[in-house]
Amino acid sequence: MLQLTPEEWTAVALSIRVAGWATLLSLPLGIATALLLARGRFWGRGLLNGLVHLPLILPPVVTGYMLLLLFGRRGPIGSLLEETFGIVLAFRWTGAVLASAIMAFPLMVRAIRLAVEAVDPKLEQAAGTLGANRLWTFATITLPLILPGVIAGAILAFAKAMGEFGATITFVSNIPGETQTIPSAIYALIQVPGGEAGALRLTAVSIAVAMAALLASEAVGRLVARRIADR
Amino acid sequence: MSIDVGIRHRFGGFSIDAAFSAGTGLTALFGRSGAGKTTLVNAVAGLLRPEQGRVSVEGEVLLDTERGIAVPPHKRRIGYVFQEGRLFPHLSVRQNLGFGRWFTRRRHRFGSFADTVELLGIGHLLERRPGSLSGGEKQRVAIGRALLASPRLLLMDEPLASLDEARKAEILPYIERLRDGLGLPILYVSHSVPEIARLATTVVILADGRVERSGPPAALMADPDLFPLMGRHEGGALLAARILAHDPVDALTELEVSGGRLWVPEVDAPPGTQLRVRIRARDVILAEAPPVGLSALNCLPATVVEIGPLDQPIVDVKLVSGEDFMLARITRRSLRVLALEPGRQVHAVLKSIAVGRRDIGRDEHLAEGHFERS
Repeated sequence: MLQLTPEEWTAVALSIRVAGWATLLSLPLGIATALLLARGRFWGRGLLNGLVHLPLILPPVVTGYMLLLLFGRRGPIGSLLEETFGIVLAFRWTGAVLASAIMAFPLMVRAIRLAVEAVDPKLEQAAGTLGANRLWTFATITLPLILPGVIAGAILAFAKAMGEFGATITFVSNIPGETQTIPSAIYALIQVPGGEAGALRLTAVSIAVAMAALLASEAVGRLVARRIADR
Repeated sequence: MSIDVGIRHRFGGFSIDAAFSAGTGLTALFGRSGAGKTTLVNAVAGLLRPEQGRVSVEGEVLLDTERGIAVPPHKRRIGYVFQEGRLFPHLSVRQNLGFGRWFTRRRHRFGSFADTVELLGIGHLLERRPGSLSGGEKQRVAIGRALLASPRLLLMDEPLASLDEARKAEILPYIERLRDGLGLPILYVSHSVPEIARLATTVVILADGRVERSGPPAALMADPDLFPLMGRHEGGALLAARILAHDPVDALTELEVSGGRLWVPEVDAPPGTQLRVRIRARDVILAEAPPVGLSALNCLPATVVEIGPLDQPIVDVKLVSGEDFMLARITRRSLRVLALEPGRQVHAVLKSIAVGRRDIGRDEHLAEGHFERS
């Protein structure tokens, strides 16, 4: 009863792979966006902020449909990617990475942005007077100080990506072994008679992953915060 | 060694238009808060870009708005000790100290890590984190961090302002050592007369964004015209002195000044040490003849050179004693009773305890030329 079937294992493994890549690939962009939103003073800052947060507010199916229009094989970006790099996203696990990364991005950016806003720019000024240029200042002062936020943001994004359903199923469908992540597998299982046990097992896995991610995010945040705390 | 600064800048309803030069030793930028002191040092450090201005250190132009030159802060090699220390909280004291050194080219480096740690007395703190240090310890580490980046000029923005009296007393000797021992020019921002009296080689007085006066502290402090800026109660004289002997029984130290000898509360330094002693105008009593049967231990012969405006009930009398100026603040009635006028010989009487520990600082240069006769 508690044993996962091979199909269910495949879904769990795929979910972890998709969420892992989504988190890893969006992290540099997430840090850059958070810095830009927290520190930047430029025209269109409000627009960028809105764009980043849009997937949080929009129905996921709308985001997925827009991805399909843009990144589908006949979409403007999708056809370009296929012709120049031979990369196909639609109905592939790589497309699931893109969809879940976009859905998780607002959570990641919010967590990192809060951390950036808590860093005293005066410390960065001090690093400048000691001879560090902006890149070194970022690497030695800013990045270590925002690390708790970066880790918390990454863990939250990973958990969110693990559970992403609407945009993923719209963009890349529900293909076992290719695009069938845990939520899509649960959805498929409850459509068929006798699938309840499997759905229940995957639900338990989902809850465990989400809870572990939240606890880990809290714990890491506390640990790093204590290490750099002003005491 | 010279630093030339000229800056024009406006923000909000405030405008600053100030120019000054500084040489070796400690140049104090003195003024009330809002006089523009921090703006000036931030422009020197490159943290603030003024609308118009020119900053040069040792002939190298760091800022010239007309020629479009603005060297970024990290290339200026100017050390900055901030009022709040600004130590990096995620690094240990050792890592904080080493931070700037890492970015300094080998040929620019001076002073070793060990010597700097020794100079500032922070050897026991190296493995601690800034958060666990006291205010005074933090400031000493901040000074060490700035020094170890081997700057050609050190800026200090009210480094003692956030500390209590005991912590201030703990740090002042270290700043004296920097000034006298390293030959590193220092720009020191302060609104405290006791601090500049003790530390400054040159004082630049700022008021409302303009340079009001500049010169050696002894001359400025004895100038009654500047009392409104320096604060009436703080005005007085700054004497170059040398320790002659200690009296351990009564815990007193005898000093030689140009006008005679003074007993002050015991100074912790060997005979021969050169000092500067601040004597406030309100602590000086004037007498026609050397007083008898008086508890005050000190009496310096002096000549009246100038008498302040008589429209006030309190009058400042400027004296010369030996080679130094002194000030005495007395009532208009005393002035009349003693019939004081310029040229008159008097005796300046001073209680030993009127000279506090914080009024006495070490100084190897203030007294230059004063003690050749002995």
